[in-house]
Amino acid sequence: MEKTAAIQLKNISKSFGSVVANKNVSLTVYNGEILSVLGENGSGKTTLMNMISGIYFPDEGQIFVNGEEVVIASPKDAFRYRIGMIHQHFKLVDIFTAAENIILGLEDEKKYDIKSAAKKVKEIGEKYGFVIDPMKKIYEMSVSEKQTVEIIRVLYRGADILILDEPTAVLTPQETRKLFAVLRRMRDDGKAIIIITHKLHEVLSLSDRVSVLRKGEYIGTVNTAETNETQLTEMMVGKKISLNIERSEPKDPKDRLKVEHINCINREGVTLLNDISFTARSGEILGIAGIAGSGQRELLESIAGLQHLTSGSIIYENPKTGETENLRDKTPLEIRELGVRLSFVPEDRLGMGLVGNMDIVDNMMLRSYRKGKSIFLERKAPRNLAEEIIEQLEVVTPSANTPVRRLSGGNVQKVLVGREIAASPSVLMAAYPVRGLDINSSYTIYNLLNQQKQRGVAVIYVGEDLDVLLELCDRIMVLSGGKISDIVDARKATKEQIGLLMTKSREVEQDEEKASE
Amino acid sequence: MKKKQVNNHTQAHEPVFQVVKRDDLIWYKSWGVRLIAIVIALIICAFVIVLLTGYDPIKVYSSMLNGTFGSTRKIWNTLQKLAMLLCVSLAVTPAFKMKFWNIGAEGQALIGGLASAALMIYLGDMLPNAALLPIMAVASIVAGMIWGLIPAIFKAKFNTNETLFTLMMNYVATQLVSFCIVFWENPKNSNNVGIINQSTMSGWFPTILGQKYMMNVIIVAILTVAMYVYLKYSKHGYEISVVGESQNTARYIGINVKKVILRTMALSGALCGVAGLLLVSGTNHTINTSTVGGMGFTAIMVSWLAKFNPFIMVLASFLIVFLERGAGEIATAFQLNGSVSDILTGIILFFIIGSEFFVRYKIHFRANIKEGVK
Repeated sequence: MEKTAAIQLKNISKSFGSVVANKNVSLTVYNGEILSVLGENGSGKTTLMNMISGIYFPDEGQIFVNGEEVVIASPKDAFRYRIGMIHQHFKLVDIFTAAENIILGLEDEKKYDIKSAAKKVKEIGEKYGFVIDPMKKIYEMSVSEKQTVEIIRVLYRGADILILDEPTAVLTPQETRKLFAVLRRMRDDGKAIIIITHKLHEVLSLSDRVSVLRKGEYIGTVNTAETNETQLTEMMVGKKISLNIERSEPKDPKDRLKVEHINCINREGVTLLNDISFTARSGEILGIAGIAGSGQRELLESIAGLQHLTSGSIIYENPKTGETENLRDKTPLEIRELGVRLSFVPEDRLGMGLVGNMDIVDNMMLRSYRKGKSIFLERKAPRNLAEEIIEQLEVVTPSANTPVRRLSGGNVQKVLVGREIAASPSVLMAAYPVRGLDINSSYTIYNLLNQQKQRGVAVIYVGEDLDVLLELCDRIMVLSGGKISDIVDARKATKEQIGLLMTKSREVEQDEEKASE
Repeated sequence: MKKKQVNNHTQAHEPVFQVVKRDDLIWYKSWGVRLIAIVIALIICAFVIVLLTGYDPIKVYSSMLNGTFGSTRKIWNTLQKLAMLLCVSLAVTPAFKMKFWNIGAEGQALIGGLASAALMIYLGDMLPNAALLPIMAVASIVAGMIWGLIPAIFKAKFNTNETLFTLMMNYVATQLVSFCIVFWENPKNSNNVGIINQSTMSGWFPTILGQKYMMNVIIVAILTVAMYVYLKYSKHGYEISVVGESQNTARYIGINVKKVILRTMALSGALCGVAGLLLVSGTNHTINTSTVGGMGFTAIMVSWLAKFNPFIMVLASFLIVFLERGAGEIATAFQLNGSVSDILTGIILFFIIGSEFFVRYKIHFRANIKEGVK
């Protein structure tokens, strides 16, 4: 079968203010193929796809669908050309059922007929191998089920061209494999599929061809069969870099933080942490793996004094005095006043770790502004610290007086991690510290964590990329539904093993639910 | 060249314009945009004036200027109004900077004024001014503070909606004043308190250099500088910014958010109390339910227009006061219905607030419009 071009982009450019998101990008996807659009964060992948799906409008350039030039000025136009996009952040109404969400906003429906819609949904599911209950409400669904609803929604509307934005970011390895099987089936059915990603192994296992973007510019397209990780990385980053993380043996590990049987229940009565016990040791990186929302955030926040615990204790052993302190139910300020040197790089950088509208100097001050008895602020030391961090971590910023929200993701993270490390911690917790960062910045962060480990800091690292967790950490604790599934030796564990542990208690729960029904 | 033809073919379907966010403008450019907005507003107002009234707009404008600066007395009246509006604006600023929607400045100032009036009435004959004024100041500040703290306590403890709560507190304050007027009315059955201590001038602000409003102006000038320093250079001010930007960040670094909310609202209420004192003791020497006259709400606009910068608030308050006084002047000078001046004020404010949109965004028109004209 001769392949025809489903979408062809010619010299597309788009800028926001002075930021050029896409510059002269041209690429083609054919019917019956899977094209990966690969690029680092901030390379303009999502912007490009948003222009195909009618969310943004290009400043320059042309778009062709099935050989004809088209103007896509709104998502409605996109649907008319049978283009459907599955966004990274799902756009579903929580209290509606799957079927309701799928027919929501359809105008050609003559009357509201949920039954025939549900039937059609089932048919689509069967055709491509989805498992879905059209009558299930969204809030009762797992992330992967929600994604399924999103995909069926665009298929229901007759999309022949599907765009998926980072579809595997929230899935376990097992769920990813299922998704890929579905995508392959759709390809064989003649649909054109574009997936946006920055994960190399996925690109290699799934797609037929890969188009690479770097800093908004189109670098080139290669056939997957004729390429490898090194070549793709080079195209993505623009230079050769080593993809290995050094892992030293822990030196003289001592117990630093003992978490014993902690439980946390939120206001709605939902159990967030269920009998968590573990020990973090000095000179060691303890990884925490799990599906997003399995209790990682609550666990770190409990240690940092930001969550109220219903039971259990968090014992800190002071390396200097050897004394122990129970940190449970203490506020962050009380914890610091006890002399516990605890640094925390939270997941939400600009919403928790930093203040976006403040400049770098004022953000440095967050930790230290209380020093001294004066009622006025002392900005000299924070300024020096800011300049030091800018220099040492190569933060790209016009000056130390630039509001941090104007910095790129990687530079924001350098500022935050830099500040937390500057407090010379004895325990360093970092939640998803490389999320959204380009490869170079990510490696800078890994190196910083390793340095801290070698200095005898107990490092706790919450990550989502299992490959990185396995390479960086000494031990990995796997959370599932607020419970510890297991703590494994990172030098011996495999990705599949961790993937299974990530869904362990959830399956048990589902079985229990079924049993109770 | 071939490419161009294809372009022309499609451009017919392109949206006519797009709104695009722009980089931060340099200060003189952004002020230029605002200035242009005012000029356009004045031009449109001129048309409105001609259409509605048939008067010469230039004369109307010069009469507005005259109403604001026409004589020494008018200048001092303007200064006094400016000082009062600025004072209330300064008062609401820490609360709004903390993202606490204090729309109860009206009530907080009124209750402060009520405290002053009560002391003037009951202690006026007993104490010399040097003793009475400080007591009145303390009483007004405490009264305003309490009025500000009540919603803050409920916010901190039960997370109630401060917007509704502070608004309701305004009505309570108004009713309290009505209630007191029943006891204080002078002459009887006038439903009016009249000028308090008219003969003794007890509890009145002293005149300075022969100007009765000088004291108000000085106090507000000091408050302006103090507020600027407080917000920018003090630890408290820093905490207010952090809480306002992100309560999560505040908790993360160990700021006691509840304490900051209470402290800041106490300050906001206290400053409103000062405004009440200035209104009763320094300006009107009487009290009624409309003593604050909506300034509690106008102040919110001033504070936001100035992006919480006290010095820019001076400009913003001046603008509002100028419009208000100018409008009053043309209403009498041309015997116009007060609505006409309201229309003018509305148009000008609309343009000034609207200009902020153009400071932040620019509009891209379809590229071929110009070519099409050729």
